[in-house]
Amino acid sequence: MAKTPLVELNDISIAFGGVQAVDNVTVDLYPGEVVGLLGHNGAGKSTLIKCLSGAYRMDSGEIRINGERAEINNPRDARAYNIETIYQTLALADNLDAASNLFLGRELTTMTGLVDDGAMESETRKVMGRLNPYFQKFSSPVSALSGGQRQSVAIARAVYFNARILIMDEPTAALGPQETRMVADLIQELKKQNLGIFLIDHDVHQVKALCDRAAVMKNGKLVGVVKVDDVTTDDLLGMIIAGKSPEGVAA
Amino acid sequence: MTDTAPNDAGDDQPKARKRGFVASLELDMRLLGMIGAFIAIALVFNILTGGRFLTPRNVFNLTIQTVSVAIMATGMVFVIVTRHIDLSVGSLLATTSAVMAMLQTEWLLQIFGFSLGHPALAWLAILGGLFAGTLVGAVNGYLIGYLAIPAFIVTLGGLLIWRNVGWYLTNGQTIGPLDETFQMFGGISGTLGTTWSWVFAVVASVATLYALWSARRTKQGHGFPVKPLWAESTVGALIVAAIMGFIWLLTSYEIPQRVLERDFEARGEILPEGYTAAYGLPISVLLLILVALVMTIIARRTRLGRYIFATGGNPDAAELSGINTRLLTVKIFAIMGFLCALSAVVASARLSFHSNDIGTLDELRVIAAAVIGGTALSGGIGTIYGAILGALIMQSLQSGMAMVGVDAPFQNIVVGAVLILAVLIDIIYRKRTGDT
Repeated sequence: MAKTPLVELNDISIAFGGVQAVDNVTVDLYPGEVVGLLGHNGAGKSTLIKCLSGAYRMDSGEIRINGERAEINNPRDARAYNIETIYQTLALADNLDAASNLFLGRELTTMTGLVDDGAMESETRKVMGRLNPYFQKFSSPVSALSGGQRQSVAIARAVYFNARILIMDEPTAALGPQETRMVADLIQELKKQNLGIFLIDHDVHQVKALCDRAAVMKNGKLVGVVKVDDVTTDDLLGMIIAGKSPEGVAA
Repeated sequence: MTDTAPNDAGDDQPKARKRGFVASLELDMRLLGMIGAFIAIALVFNILTGGRFLTPRNVFNLTIQTVSVAIMATGMVFVIVTRHIDLSVGSLLATTSAVMAMLQTEWLLQIFGFSLGHPALAWLAILGGLFAGTLVGAVNGYLIGYLAIPAFIVTLGGLLIWRNVGWYLTNGQTIGPLDETFQMFGGISGTLGTTWSWVFAVVASVATLYALWSARRTKQGHGFPVKPLWAESTVGALIVAAIMGFIWLLTSYEIPQRVLERDFEARGEILPEGYTAAYGLPISVLLLILVALVMTIIARRTRLGRYIFATGGNPDAAELSGINTRLLTVKIFAIMGFLCALSAVVASARLSFHSNDIGTLDELRVIAAAVIGGTALSGGIGTIYGAILGALIMQSLQSGMAMVGVDAPFQNIVVGAVLILAVLIDIIYRKRTGDT
């Protein structure tokens, strides 16, 4: 891969109180690539990625998008760089319907500047028709939806706006096997469209199946970045638990 | 993602043929419940007072007494929906009322050399009051949004501060009588009269029908299911009937002969034999209707409103969606401050003077009105029309009990109990229907 990376996270550090949540971590991501982020709870995966999505501001380090230095101070900045995030918590407003959630912060408006609910619902029906053809609850608040349906709303929101960089924070944690496979298919399809995807996951097998490379973190530090085809699941587990890179496989 | 069982697909599909008459109308059940409660209260008091409660005169008085609290309650909906509270509205009403009273009786006279009765006085005073209210509200919002001081504390402090700033501005004096143009916003001193009231009724009816029709056309344009035409027509007819009935009641309240005689004498004329005139729609009520309309449009059809409800439903999600929730807080409290000043116009104009204790305990009435109207303190849920109905229900209870002759302590005991009961019913209703 001689091309410019889509995303470069260079020497990122962030501390909360006295805790160094992320300590000098460097990871990059190429177009059409899926990079898995592995580690225990509290290893700093989500925190690292929230610096990219604008939810947190890093203390030091730099973010480069397409080789150029990027200033990301809040989620609006991240969206301006076509970075979309599917949060573990889904980040849905439970009292609003699917269309309002999908377009939250980016509402379609009529010529008079009022929100155009009809157009938004129509667009939502289209995109949901692709992702989850059985979905029909367009007028209910999302609190009335099942876990899988809520997840599909969150995914629809991320893919609708022509994301180039997609961050998925444990997208399958709440899903059954069949839904998990749909997410896997979706990831393959998005790869073909040349998106770069950061996938945060606990499941080593899933990372091996879905990702091109895996970055392992422990206690806020980067253990190593490896090509998943070069390592076994045991190697990955060793990196997560012992914090040691297997020899001769650095990517 | 594919766990959607077949039953799911059916949920939104038209089960139209099986649906009953009421279900086809697709009315808001909570709204119906509140209207039902209001009608029940009105009927009970009407019987207890031997028919005096539902006379045109009493309905007229009831509406003008409700306006001040109702205007503020619409703003309180936004505040509570975003999980805040505003305890300073009554005090802010007093301060803005004091500002407007001082402007029109002293300050403007000193600055511009106007004499009392100058036609611009009332308008400049109102402008000054609205500006002051909005500014104070925005500062509250800044303290809450940007400096992260809890709204409860900021507005509890404000309750003390603004009550006494008002006192300081006027040296504790009662200021009046206020400008005649200004008094037009108080209720009885400013009404549309018979002809214009009916003009309003027709315009409002046509606008309602147009709104229903265009909403239906938009839905059809996108190919969404619409309710049957007869149901749409029934809803339209009900609303038009309500508008016409309301205006008919208000135009049935005739101006007493003594008052007419005095008015004609003041103009140097003699009251013609057999001349009668009715009050019709008070300007203050017209003002409330406009506020309700604008606030409903903000809530439902603007990004601001969408962000208010999203933030109330899930503040983190709103923040992550790129919504500037801090600035949003400033805007919400600025709106609240503006509406306090608007209420101050109505409240002081109704009294025809500014007094130190104006708006005392209004913060509690306003919060109660919003909550009785279905606004959830846990955030994310609330309607403008609900808050106005809540204010109307409270005022009906209060003045109904006064008419029946219930002892003063019992009046407040009942209102307090109704507040708690209303919230309990709402909780039970939400559990039953599965709404959050």
